[in-house]
Amino acid sequence: MGGVLRIILQRLFLGLLTLLVVSVVIFVAVNLLPGDFAEAILGQGATPEAVASIRADLGLDQGMVVRYFSWLSDALRGDLGTSFAQANFASFVGSSANLGGVTVADQIAPRFANTMFLAGVTAAIAVPIALTLGILAALFRNSIFDRATNILTLSSISSPEFFLAYILILLLAVVNPILPSLSNIYDGMAFGERLQKTLLPALTLTLVVTAHMMRMTRAAIINLLASPYIEMARLKGLSPLRVIVVHALPNALAPIINVIALNLAYLITGVVVVEVVFVYPGIGQLFVDSVKIRDIPVVQASCLIFAAAYILLNLLADILSILSNPRLRHPK
Amino acid sequence: MSALVEINDLWIEGRSDEQWNPIINGASLSLNKGEVLGLIGESGAGKSTLGLAAMGFTRDGVRISGGSVRFDGIDLVNASAAVKRELLGKRIAYVAQSAAASFNPAHRLIDQHTEAPVQHGVQSKAESQADGIELYRRLRLPNPDEIGFRYPHQVSGGQLQRAMTAMAMSCRPDLIIFDEPTTALDVTTQIEVLASIRDIVEQFDTAAIYITHDLAVVAQMADRIKVLLKGDEVEEAETREMLSSPKEDYTKSLWAVRSFQRKQKAPAIAGATPVIRVKNVNASYGKVPVLHDVSFDIHEGRTVAVVGESGSGKSTAARCITGLLPPRSGHIEFDGEVLPLDYRKRSKMQLRQAQMIYQMADTALNPRKTIGELIGRPVEFYMGLKGAEKRKRVEHLLEEIELEPSQYFHRLPSELSGGQKQRIGIARALAAEPKFIICDEVTSALDQLVAEGILKLLAKLQDSLGLSYMFITHDLATVKSIADEVVVMKDGRVVEHGPKDEMFRPPHHPYTDLLLSSVPEMDPDWLTNLLAERGIDNIGDAAVDKM
Repeated sequence: MGGVLRIILQRLFLGLLTLLVVSVVIFVAVNLLPGDFAEAILGQGATPEAVASIRADLGLDQGMVVRYFSWLSDALRGDLGTSFAQANFASFVGSSANLGGVTVADQIAPRFANTMFLAGVTAAIAVPIALTLGILAALFRNSIFDRATNILTLSSISSPEFFLAYILILLLAVVNPILPSLSNIYDGMAFGERLQKTLLPALTLTLVVTAHMMRMTRAAIINLLASPYIEMARLKGLSPLRVIVVHALPNALAPIINVIALNLAYLITGVVVVEVVFVYPGIGQLFVDSVKIRDIPVVQASCLIFAAAYILLNLLADILSILSNPRLRHPK
Repeated sequence: MSALVEINDLWIEGRSDEQWNPIINGASLSLNKGEVLGLIGESGAGKSTLGLAAMGFTRDGVRISGGSVRFDGIDLVNASAAVKRELLGKRIAYVAQSAAASFNPAHRLIDQHTEAPVQHGVQSKAESQADGIELYRRLRLPNPDEIGFRYPHQVSGGQLQRAMTAMAMSCRPDLIIFDEPTTALDVTTQIEVLASIRDIVEQFDTAAIYITHDLAVVAQMADRIKVLLKGDEVEEAETREMLSSPKEDYTKSLWAVRSFQRKQKAPAIAGATPVIRVKNVNASYGKVPVLHDVSFDIHEGRTVAVVGESGSGKSTAARCITGLLPPRSGHIEFDGEVLPLDYRKRSKMQLRQAQMIYQMADTALNPRKTIGELIGRPVEFYMGLKGAEKRKRVEHLLEEIELEPSQYFHRLPSELSGGQKQRIGIARALAAEPKFIICDEVTSALDQLVAEGILKLLAKLQDSLGLSYMFITHDLATVKSIADEVVVMKDGRVVEHGPKDEMFRPPHHPYTDLLLSSVPEMDPDWLTNLLAERGIDNIGDAAVDKM
């Protein structure tokens, strides 16, 4: 087990290093956006003095390197800064120590929780469906069932998300009013109601992510069917389902886990369109709004959270793949 | 009494290149309860296909196109999948060639052992587990109580092969198909597995079909032998009769393969500079030491066979000579000149002089290059020939390896047989006009007749070009036929070193003795006598007494 622990620590360290590099990239990229908050908020009639004053208050007049390190050291202490947009500019004159507004963390936290809830509901629906469909497609490979599943999942992944969303709204909210078409959830909502309101966007996202996972499950299993130990399992007179689930699947886990992680990361970071369609208050919408008004602290913090989600999920996938390999789990 | 297995005029086809090609052409066989039939033939003869067909099983892309297979009166050709599944594992079991590949890497041995009995409802998991441990004990696996709780990668090849035999026995089947169960094993390990299989089959009175290409092995195992050639039945007879008086020419030629033996050359003049001198070489992979103080000389025009089991350091020694693995200490001399240890520091001339031929010609030849390009590359690289001159040289090399240049120049490796591919490997080595060639198990992937052709070719080239060979092999029959001197290696050390005749004459180093005595002989009583000699009584009896 010592070997596995070392590999995991190694990966963890590499993950942190990646996050650091990503933070630099985010910071530079965000600062390369044309225009800044001062210009955006003051509009076209802004006097140079007013712009300069707001910049000075926000620290935008300092060099990029200085700003990066002060941002990084704050972030390391858990302080992601204060949102520009929520700052009360009238209340401060000369002192920029405390803008007196809403902190980025306060602003992002509830949105992020909503995003995680949506991602969680989607994953709970999509992953079992994708695995089951993948296993069945491998079992009945080249049959009508296999082809139909492939066509359906491929068409759903090929359609734009908003299109799928409107179709589902039409079918499940308009023609058969089973589910609400608006997902305006708020704090303190009961779990059942929240779940009901989240279901439509979750179903839309399920359609988007299932194909990838299902096809990888199918391919990874079929890839192994020619191996001698699968032939051996067949020659023991086992049922085809048992051959696939007990003998092929455990050896096909690594690629499947990786694809699942990739799709989960997408659910956390890439669902802006679906959020907009269903008016779902997730982090994606907040992010897009913040980019529009150059609310740099929020943009940076969101990017960092997205990056961390990607790295963390991939790390988790790596670790699980390693653990799925008996050679590493049980060294000689 | 009707036979247990009755195969009648069976035709099997396989799909390749968009059409069905014959694999088995009207084979028939019958097998009684408790009888062992040996199926023998070269690769591509259809042995495995026929063996699997006896289980009512065909691989993907293979179909039975005619004839019948009956097991205990059940028609397996027309039986439904469910009926066959009921038989497989329970009444008919299979032991595969490579146990390492045929055990599922994700599950413990005992869980794979108990699977068939539990799924077929023969035994409960606990009963089957206890029975499995008992079988491990009978098959003389070390630590029978705990070995089953390991994963396949934690167990050695010979032990896995015995565990697989135990697994086949788990439901006490009426028939077991053994598909080359010892081909992938070292000779010393092979003996233990052969003895285990033979005894357990006798004890439980199990009928078996034993598939192999090794005549000496089948002679120990089978009551009757059937010879196959390219899907056609050649002949069938009782083992002793088949060995003493084979009727068909093909069978006779198989029997005669082991007779090729070239005369041993006189030892090199004392004090002559050897072509290759390996001196006090120590080498390691990372921190794991693999070679300990290895020294030997190879003289001009001589063949030095390096023998030993897998893991003994034979190939590592070759890698040190070629500079692919720079030794930790010691040095390599060529014609009296000390070579840089790392091949990157050697001159083109030094690289040219030592060439290599590999075990798997399949993977050693670039599948996208034609034969002309494959051989032309070293001709151009080392000898600087271009255009018409290069072509002439390649054609000359093809003639040397006895392949018609006009026919083979533009072919791809995939259009050649295994033996022809190996010949291309030889031509590619010759293209550099080396003085010294390392042959790494060059015949072990080939059938005996083809292998003999390669050995004869190598011998001819040695005589005409004055080449020196380092011949790495684990097959002592090959050593006997081609070597002038022998180096025996074990655990990274040279345990014995001398002229071939001395090696094959007692007294031997104990390890050499073990190796030599482990090579199966064509005598059907060889295994029995050997086990008696080594003081191992019938495993089964001992185990039965304990029960």
